[in-house]
Amino acid sequence: MTARPGPVSRRRLLTGGAVAGLGAVTGAVATGVAASRRDGASPVVAGDAAAGVGTGTVAFHGPRQAGIAEDPPAHAAFVAFTLARDTDRRALARMLRLLTDDAARLTGGVPALGDTDAALALLPARLTVTFGFGPGLYRAAGLAAPVADLPRFGIDRLQPRWSGGDLLLQICADDPLTVAHTQRMLIKDARPFATVRWVQQGFRRAPGVQAAGHSQRNILGQLDGTANPRGAVLDAAVWRPDGSSTVVVRRIRAEIETWDLLSVADKENSVGRRMDTGAPFTGRAEHDEPDFAALDASGLPVMPDFAHVTRAHVTDPALKILRRPYNYDGVPDPRGRPDTGLIFAAFQRDIVQQFLPIQRRLADKDLLNEWITPIGSAVFAVPPGCAAGGWIGEQVLG
Amino acid sequence: MQTTWRTGARRGALASTALGITLALAGCGDGDATAAAPAPAPPASAAAALTVKDPWVKATGAGVMTAAFGVLVNGTGADVTVAGASSPASPMELHEMAVQDGKMVMRPKPAGFVVKAGSTHELSPGGDHLMLMNPGAAIEAGDEVAFTLTLGDGSTVPFTAIAKPFAGAGESYAPGMSMHPSGTPMAPMAGATP
Repeated sequence: MTARPGPVSRRRLLTGGAVAGLGAVTGAVATGVAASRRDGASPVVAGDAAAGVGTGTVAFHGPRQAGIAEDPPAHAAFVAFTLARDTDRRALARMLRLLTDDAARLTGGVPALGDTDAALALLPARLTVTFGFGPGLYRAAGLAAPVADLPRFGIDRLQPRWSGGDLLLQICADDPLTVAHTQRMLIKDARPFATVRWVQQGFRRAPGVQAAGHSQRNILGQLDGTANPRGAVLDAAVWRPDGSSTVVVRRIRAEIETWDLLSVADKENSVGRRMDTGAPFTGRAEHDEPDFAALDASGLPVMPDFAHVTRAHVTDPALKILRRPYNYDGVPDPRGRPDTGLIFAAFQRDIVQQFLPIQRRLADKDLLNEWITPIGSAVFAVPPGCAAGGWIGEQVLG
Repeated sequence: MQTTWRTGARRGALASTALGITLALAGCGDGDATAAAPAPAPPASAAAALTVKDPWVKATGAGVMTAAFGVLVNGTGADVTVAGASSPASPMELHEMAVQDGKMVMRPKPAGFVVKAGSTHELSPGGDHLMLMNPGAAIEAGDEVAFTLTLGDGSTVPFTAIAKPFAGAGESYAPGMSMHPSGTPMAPMAGATP
């Protein structure tokens, strides 16, 4: 394997079978990162040519759902549904069979059943569809929910239009037209059973712009996801033995107007990392471990106690969370003030054990809170994947 | 990753995944799974002669006509004729769409569908289709509906189709549309183009 897998070799890895494929992807990402760190601390890492991006596929079937452990594709739509009042356990099974069947087809570059614009399905561009079950889905099925809404945090300014949801479809691909078509087909399938509660559309770097496995900049210019677990650490932090997981989706508005007033040094102080390299104040490169014990000449911690990295730091690898964020950038208001921020998707085994302690520390004291505002929040259990012929949720509802 | 629902393999898949709810039983949303009788096994010759790929049926209410679609695949070196279709869900007819007096109409095709040797024949909205004339119960989205095709030589091909919510291609099986008993053209299809 080369340090930067080309699109073709990567595609071969991704299509190399359901179970083996998942392992291979994780391995590829880890290898790519390890090799790239030796490249140095350049803030810009050019990517490969974009050849083959459109035909790339990620295996849909397997013991774990796709769309979590893989490098996030460039575009995403998070679609949350509210179940109709008469959607009971049996109806849920019917809905999920329909959705699973079409998700399996579309992620393979095959039109949905009865696809009214079949040509739009032929370039999957690493399409994944990931199912999440909200607390309300379990209530509708008469089952105990393994997830509960987050408690309210003082920093929250949550809006109902971005919050809650009984069913989540996370649709990711390297092409926005593929995401749009998939969203359209799957919403059609769900329509007899549920209404659309909210849709959040987000983006990352376009494919090939930056080599895979490198941290990308978010809309605030920060390298985002440096501390993400990878390889075996990711497996331990994200997956339960049965292949299930959980996801928290929060919409974090960026207060760009006031952020833009800051000097670079002030921006760095809010996070504890250099803006250009992403290196912690105590290190030289992005992936250097921050030294929270280091003191400066005046005896103060080099990593400020109020900085985002300090507050969010997790020592036990098994308690890390997997950040899989997308940027959003809506239409500015008439005065030119941006509507922009982060669709913060975090995957972990257990929300209470892993996500909540981090979120509590951030809500309690994080200088970055001055420039970000949570305006949406939703939690979902992520059921295990399924084999060909099965359906997502069969272990829960079958 | 494409699901080619060869009839035998598909039934095997259904049986092995503990669907247990509306399994292949007449599209009856409240059907008791334990009452679902497995479709009779086709003669070996029929299974080899014709398979049905990507079958689906348009969800509908009780008594409201609807249609089933898919791709008929003939893997043999001889033409195969689909002479008839049946389902526990509804009386059935083979239908085609045709231009008659300048209008697109839906009408029975008593001669059946001919699938050329080594070829495929698509059943689709706006084209040939399997018509469910009068479903005894609602066929709800996500239901699995059992069908049996009868071929020209008398052999049968069972398959199972999933019910999809669908409105498109100018199709309209509205409750007001009546089927003329003599098989003469039915109501024009609103919005359809030849």
